[in-house]
Amino acid sequence: MSLLSVENLYLQFDTDEGRITAVDDVSFELNEGEVLGLVGESGSGKSVTAKSLMQLNPSNSVYGSGSKINLDLENNVVDVLSLKKARELEIVRGGAISMIFQEPMASFAPAITIGNQMVEQLIIHTSLSKKGAAELSVEMLERVGINEPHKRFFQYAFELSGGMRQRAMIAMALSTKPKLLIADEPTTALDVTIQAQVLDLMKDLVKEFGMAILFITHDLGVIAQVADRVAVMYLGRIVESGPVREVLHSPSHPYTKGLLNALPKLDALDEPLTPIPGDIPSPLERPPGCVFHTRCPEVLADRCNSSVPQHTNVGQDHFTSCFVVDSTGKSA
Amino acid sequence: MTEKPLIKINKLNVEFPLGRTLFGKTPMLRAVNDVSLEILPGQFYGLVGESGSGKTTLGRAILRAVPISSGEITFDDGEVNYDVGNLGKKELKNYRKLAQLIFQDPYAALSPRMTVRDIIAEPLEVMGLTQNREETDARVREIATKCRLNLEHLRRFPHAFSGGQRQRISIARALVCNPKFVVADESVAALDVSIQADILNLLKSLQKQLGFTFLFISHDLSVVAHICDNVAVMYLGTLVETAPTKKLFSNPSHPYTKALLSSIPSLDPDESKKAQKLEGEIPSPTNPPPGCKFHTRCPVAEDRCRKEVPQWRELSADHYAACHLV
Repeated sequence: MSLLSVENLYLQFDTDEGRITAVDDVSFELNEGEVLGLVGESGSGKSVTAKSLMQLNPSNSVYGSGSKINLDLENNVVDVLSLKKARELEIVRGGAISMIFQEPMASFAPAITIGNQMVEQLIIHTSLSKKGAAELSVEMLERVGINEPHKRFFQYAFELSGGMRQRAMIAMALSTKPKLLIADEPTTALDVTIQAQVLDLMKDLVKEFGMAILFITHDLGVIAQVADRVAVMYLGRIVESGPVREVLHSPSHPYTKGLLNALPKLDALDEPLTPIPGDIPSPLERPPGCVFHTRCPEVLADRCNSSVPQHTNVGQDHFTSCFVVDSTGKSA
Repeated sequence: MTEKPLIKINKLNVEFPLGRTLFGKTPMLRAVNDVSLEILPGQFYGLVGESGSGKTTLGRAILRAVPISSGEITFDDGEVNYDVGNLGKKELKNYRKLAQLIFQDPYAALSPRMTVRDIIAEPLEVMGLTQNREETDARVREIATKCRLNLEHLRRFPHAFSGGQRQRISIARALVCNPKFVVADESVAALDVSIQADILNLLKSLQKQLGFTFLFISHDLSVVAHICDNVAVMYLGTLVETAPTKKLFSNPSHPYTKALLSSIPSLDPDESKKAQKLEGEIPSPTNPPPGCKFHTRCPVAEDRCRKEVPQWRELSADHYAACHLV
């Protein structure tokens, strides 16, 4: 069995304006040492999906009755959605799963030193003594490429630059030796040169620590560089998933194709940019049938707006949910 | 160059005081350092660099939105000739009509209490460009159509719109007074890719239709590569390289430009190894390194780079760079 399996995850939010569907029938698996990229535009439900793995969604969230998230730890399988008490949730929150966020300044406590924050979580999640935890923290800071880790240990988050903060965040997340690391847009706020450094570091750390990463981003270039497999989300549904090379070289879902065409490419400067027509519908006005049909250039008149397409296998481990795509992966 | 530049910048410096500190004297942060640049009429000029490179400050200095410490900026559209650093009150008011700014964040740039019509009409009313309400309305409708806004939407408030639509509203507001020169500061950075392409195409077609000159500030090289015809690369307040877009991307000469280009994550998973990655981070502008400012991160830096400031040289036609080693 794989490390993490998500089956038919269905998640709604109760709001004043009605029930909003954020995640709709999402299933995926993640093996040890594997990097799964979750890509989609804002509002596609990628962060909400990731937060479900740690039950971090707000209290107005309602999970569907068939939703299942199983985490396979050495001695037992944890059914994440059945955990209720804070004590039990510690297994997933910071124990077997760690998370790094987009804006590292907002994720560190501003008035506690980096070192104290690292030590605090180590004491909660491991059996280390305070001294041992401090030693491990300094070691981790050094491992992620922070100069003078002994000095940084006593500094506050505001004293570090953006790239350094993100490195410290990674050091902190990995010090508890999690099985799964959730990285939610970890390089979006960074400059390209720093982004390249952080991505390299993360690739090295996967090799060294062997954890799995769920890597959330809107940037297909970043996905190409770090992920083994990719799942493309649109309005709460996974529309296409497969090995990263296959999906990027021969995308089959019209949305994936549209995303790739909309991206400015450096090796084809004269090619015009082709935007995906229209805007992302508001979650309150979720389209029936295939969620993408309102913007799809290949929409089938009487089919796409009424029934929901199932996953079609278009290659090894490569799935797409679209009526237009037949089993060879070509448009009909 | 035979054509007269619309914007001519000569040895521009912009400094900000950092406030009194323990040391008694006021330290200055030099955000823009000895920048000289010419923008020809009708150009789509790109300005790229990492955060902290001074690109926004340069854009704002041209619009007289930050004080200029030394050097000069001239604006010459054939009809009026302004020394942007020394504008009288009346001239400045007129300059505001000619030079406009499109902001980065369409969520913060629009007042939530005004209807879309009022937002777009505000510049016209403030500058007194129209005589009566009918004329204003006609002008608003005209520019809204050009920016592909639904005229029905003019009566609504900004909260009802998505990011792409809001950005189209900001663009309409910037263009409503028929400016000659527009600065777009990271105008697509906050948008999703599928929407970003739409806005870029819109900007390009508006420029062709209305014939204004563009300074497009962005950190995203691939966006700049696609819509600009000239690019300037900035690092720590100085220009390091300028060239026509195709020349710059096919033949970058400054090590910083090369590194920036190779840092862009490629869409091909197998192409990662050849990237030339930069070490370290951009130094603090309060304490810039001596000599070439890039030497602390430069993979080919020599002794000379640590001491002498490199000269701004023409490498080939219209291709300039400041580096000892090219």
